[in-house]
Order: sequence, then structure tokens, then C-alpha cells
Amino acid sequence: MKALIESIVTSLVDHPDDIVVTETEEEAKIVYHLTVNPEDVGKVIGKNGRIAKAIRTVVYAAKADGNKRIYLDIM
Amino acid sequence: MREVTASGQTVEEAVQSALEQLNTTRDQAEIEVIDEGKKGLLGVFGTKQAVVKAVKISSPVEKTATFLEDVVKKMNVEAMVKTTVTDNHVTYELSGENIAILIGKRGQTLNALQYIVHLALNKNQDQFYSVTVDAEGYRQRRKETLESLAVKMAEKAETLNKKVALEPMPAFERKIIHNALQQKAVKTYSAGDEPHRHIVIQPS
Repeated sequence: MKALIESIVTSLVDHPDDIVVTETEEEAKIVYHLTVNPEDVGKVIGKNGRIAKAIRTVVYAAKADGNKRIYLDIM
Repeated sequence: MREVTASGQTVEEAVQSALEQLNTTRDQAEIEVIDEGKKGLLGVFGTKQAVVKAVKISSPVEKTATFLEDVVKKMNVEAMVKTTVTDNHVTYELSGENIAILIGKRGQTLNALQYIVHLALNKNQDQFYSVTVDAEGYRQRRKETLESLAVKMAEKAETLNKKVALEPMPAFERKIIHNALQQKAVKTYSAGDEPHRHIVIQPS
């Protein structure tokens, strides 16, 4: 799941080395926190969050092995 | 990017062999001569083979296909990607098992993938491509569904003599509806802002 987020984001940003994805497991969900280089913020959020929404749609579709909900936090 | 190292009697032979292994042509590869080789005495003693390194340069379209394959794989779906290019339009067709996961409800996952692929392909690029990501003929099936929906809703608008609003759709799906109703006795227009932009059918 982490690898999926990283591959998608890598293809969108100018500074792929600055991508950080952290995973936090909570009671009912797994939270993935994504940070990118400040210059690339717009490239992962997009106008009206359109890109962020597309990333979430793809990530949520890729149901992980567990039954827990997945939540993607950007920045 | 793929690369091979090949050797041969002469540099030219080594290059040919490298290109064959990469299954490409000279203009689509970068060649670096590592060793020019030596003919040796009478061509028998002290001969040294020429060695070259060739790297296949992949086009942005190919790179994006690899990217899409990678993403799909990481979504735990086994699928193949078929690429078709016509002018400035690229179609990536996915086929395999569990393809429904990639399509999602009303194609929302497929549309999200298409948008991401579109961004990845056109990033830092001089040439602009429009992109369709299709899965097991989903786009065609959806087109037929939308066309029959359009006709049904146009009839409804006419019988009720009232405007009928459809649910929000992405631009390329609204276009299908507009086109389908062009010859009918109704007017169609889009209202609302993205991502809630939707078609309204008005009886004339």
C-alpha cells in the first residue's frame, strides 16, 4: 500500500526524493501520511483537490490485506 | 530503461548484436563503446573483442505504460496493459482478472487512474497527449449505457415538459450525452461546477 502511494506520487512531482509516506495504525483504520517537497504540494493536491481526490480513489480501491479502513492524509 | 552489454569482432558487430538483444533500432538507443577491440597479429594472436553498451531510450508513452502496469500491480490486480497511439491520443487498455476493482463504481477508479496517467504522461513534456484508460471494453459499454440513458431522459423531459437534470459526470461522459441528443427535439446544456457539473435536458 505504501509502495502504491509512493509510485503514484513519484510520477507526479518534481522532487521524488522528498516524498515521505508514514504509516500509523489506529484502532479502526490505517492512516498513511504523505508529505512532499513544498514546491510539489500543488502537484499532489491540484485545483480544488482534484489530484488528491484521484489519488485517494485509486488508493482506497486497492484494498489492503486487512479489514481496516484506509485513510490517506496529505501534508 | 533497459540496457545490455554486447561484444563482437568489430564495434559495428557488437552494436548490431546489442540492438538485436534490445529489439530496437539505432536511433532509439544510446551506444557507448567500452572497448574498441584489437585485430591482433594475423587476426589470430592477441585478438580482443569489441565491447559496447547499449541503452534503450523509452518514449514517454512507453514509460507511462510501465508506470500504469506498476500501479496496477501494487493495487494487487493482475492485469496487462496494451498501448495504442493515434496522433495525440494514447489509449491504455487493461485486461486481466479482477478488473472490476480497477473500474470501480460507475468507473470512478478507472477515471481516477486515467487522470493520474494523464498527468504523469504530460508532465514536463513538450508534446501534449490526451489519454484514455480502458478496462475490458468498459468505455464502450459505458457509452452504450449513457446513450440509452440519454434517450430515456430526453423522452421523460418531453412528456413532463420539464427540465431533467442528470447526475454529475466527467466531461468526456457528458460529451457522449450531448452527442447522442443532438438530433433530438431537446436542448442539452451543462450546469454546475466541476466536479459536480451535470447535464440538463430541456424540452424545446
